[in-house]
Amino acid sequence: MNSNGVDQTAEDIRREIAALQEAKADIDDRISALQAQLSTCVSKDGTNGTNCCASLEPPPGGQLSADMIYRYSRQLILPSFGVEAQANLLKSSVLVIGAGGLGSPALLYLAACGVGLCRLGIVDHDVVELNNLHRQIIHTEAFIGRSKVESAAASCRAINSTVQIVEHKEAFRTSNALEIMRGYDIVIDATDNVPSRYMINDCCVVLGKPLISGAALGLEGQLTVYNYNGGPCYRCLFPTPPPSTSCQRCSDSGVLGVVPGVIGCLQALEAIKVAGVVGEPLSGRMLLFDALSARLRVVRLSLVKIRGRSPKCEACGENSTLTEEQFCNFDYENFTQSPLSTCPLKLHLLPEEARITSNEYNERNLKGEPHILVDVRPAHHYKITSLPKSLNIPLASMEGRLSEIATAFAREESNTTATGEASRVPSLFVICRRGNDSQRAVELLHNKGFPFAKDIIGGLESWSHEVDPKFPIY
Amino acid sequence: MQLTLEFGGGLELLCDSIKIHNVNVEPQGEEKKITVRHLLSWVRTNLIKERPEMFMKGDTVRPGVLVLINDCDWELSGQLETVLEEKDVVVFISTLHGG
Repeated sequence: MNSNGVDQTAEDIRREIAALQEAKADIDDRISALQAQLSTCVSKDGTNGTNCCASLEPPPGGQLSADMIYRYSRQLILPSFGVEAQANLLKSSVLVIGAGGLGSPALLYLAACGVGLCRLGIVDHDVVELNNLHRQIIHTEAFIGRSKVESAAASCRAINSTVQIVEHKEAFRTSNALEIMRGYDIVIDATDNVPSRYMINDCCVVLGKPLISGAALGLEGQLTVYNYNGGPCYRCLFPTPPPSTSCQRCSDSGVLGVVPGVIGCLQALEAIKVAGVVGEPLSGRMLLFDALSARLRVVRLSLVKIRGRSPKCEACGENSTLTEEQFCNFDYENFTQSPLSTCPLKLHLLPEEARITSNEYNERNLKGEPHILVDVRPAHHYKITSLPKSLNIPLASMEGRLSEIATAFAREESNTTATGEASRVPSLFVICRRGNDSQRAVELLHNKGFPFAKDIIGGLESWSHEVDPKFPIY
Repeated sequence: MQLTLEFGGGLELLCDSIKIHNVNVEPQGEEKKITVRHLLSWVRTNLIKERPEMFMKGDTVRPGVLVLINDCDWELSGQLETVLEEKDVVVFISTLHGG
């Protein structure tokens, strides 16, 4: 019973929480916008409105205002950083492409250190999902279902309302890339796919912007700075794209949240070095991070002084003529043979008659139809969740384990005979996570003496959507 | 010749998920030297257990694989013709794209 004496169901409570969270997010947005507005007014009229963001105008002769000196004091007193580097940071603008696992910590640190007093841009077209939050730490539960750019911008403004955050709620494409990137000094590649990496590199070469490139997958990360001060670009090192089958994604291969966190922090650091004009940015070198063995090493990619960029490079080499127009017309998806968006692959390998829907499987199972169900996911996926009475034979080892399927099949057949249903030959169904590996497995089974094997369309994901909403999706 | 070979960025999955291999590689036939070209074919025969096309294309590594000899890109030492020395550390690493 609530205070009104009316019974509230769980659904009512959930609805009310959702409504309140939405209202709260709107209020938070408005507060950040007003704070940003206030800091501008204050710096114009010189009155001291709040403690945190008053009198941004530097005093005559000085480089930083009193509030800036107080806010950034702990890095100002570093002898190797100091007021010059801080002033350089404040004058720089940085574009972060991707507000995910890498972009989250990069944005938080860049906003905090004052790098984007001119402009800190965020590009992303995606929305926040619950399974992002373990690594994309800039987002909060309240923003699930809302734009990642809005969510990231709100977090950045909450940390530092004096930074000018620019929201680019769109995918980064050849059609808008030049226009977006032109307004910034430094670019951070925090994307998650190969065509975007080539596209961002080429755009940086065309516009002459240094590129801080990071990547993470599983328990490993990599970091380097491209197109900086005569150093190599991405195409100098990788003129030919990798085969699309070698490009794993976090949604398929997994990633430990803190790993992109480490690399994203290091991207912020390299951007701060380039913007602040301090230290030796990681150009012509690559940092390799192996989380499990706690090893971090820096390898030399080129002898920068002797051979910076590759003279043969198609983007930045001596005879290269990559123009803005050529960039706009380049087909990056075709070049890399992989899609710019990261939506999961949907294979169609099998004819209709070799497939059934999850609903149909459910009906046949409920009728007690004799069958065996083979789950071809890797064993560590099977341990997360599985359907009852399924037999786990991972696709990678299936060829050597066909006898196990034959044994299970013979057992099911003899059970059927024992109950007097001699006319019914058991069926053989194959399931996986999303319905791609199950098709590959059925192809294999068709060639290895099981011509009647069928795949369950859409895998366990469709089972959860169509049959049992309580079945976990991962 | 004693060499340390390391696989990373997912390439270790092609050799039983073992990242570091301490191996002994002998020169072929009349040759006295071991080049990276020879090492690659040795690795393909002796260490790669599955999907060799994920490691090599033709007689070299597939696009997207960095080869580092004692922490330097093999471009700096002569790529396939690099002559290896006792106790060299050769790293094969696939570039990552996730984020």
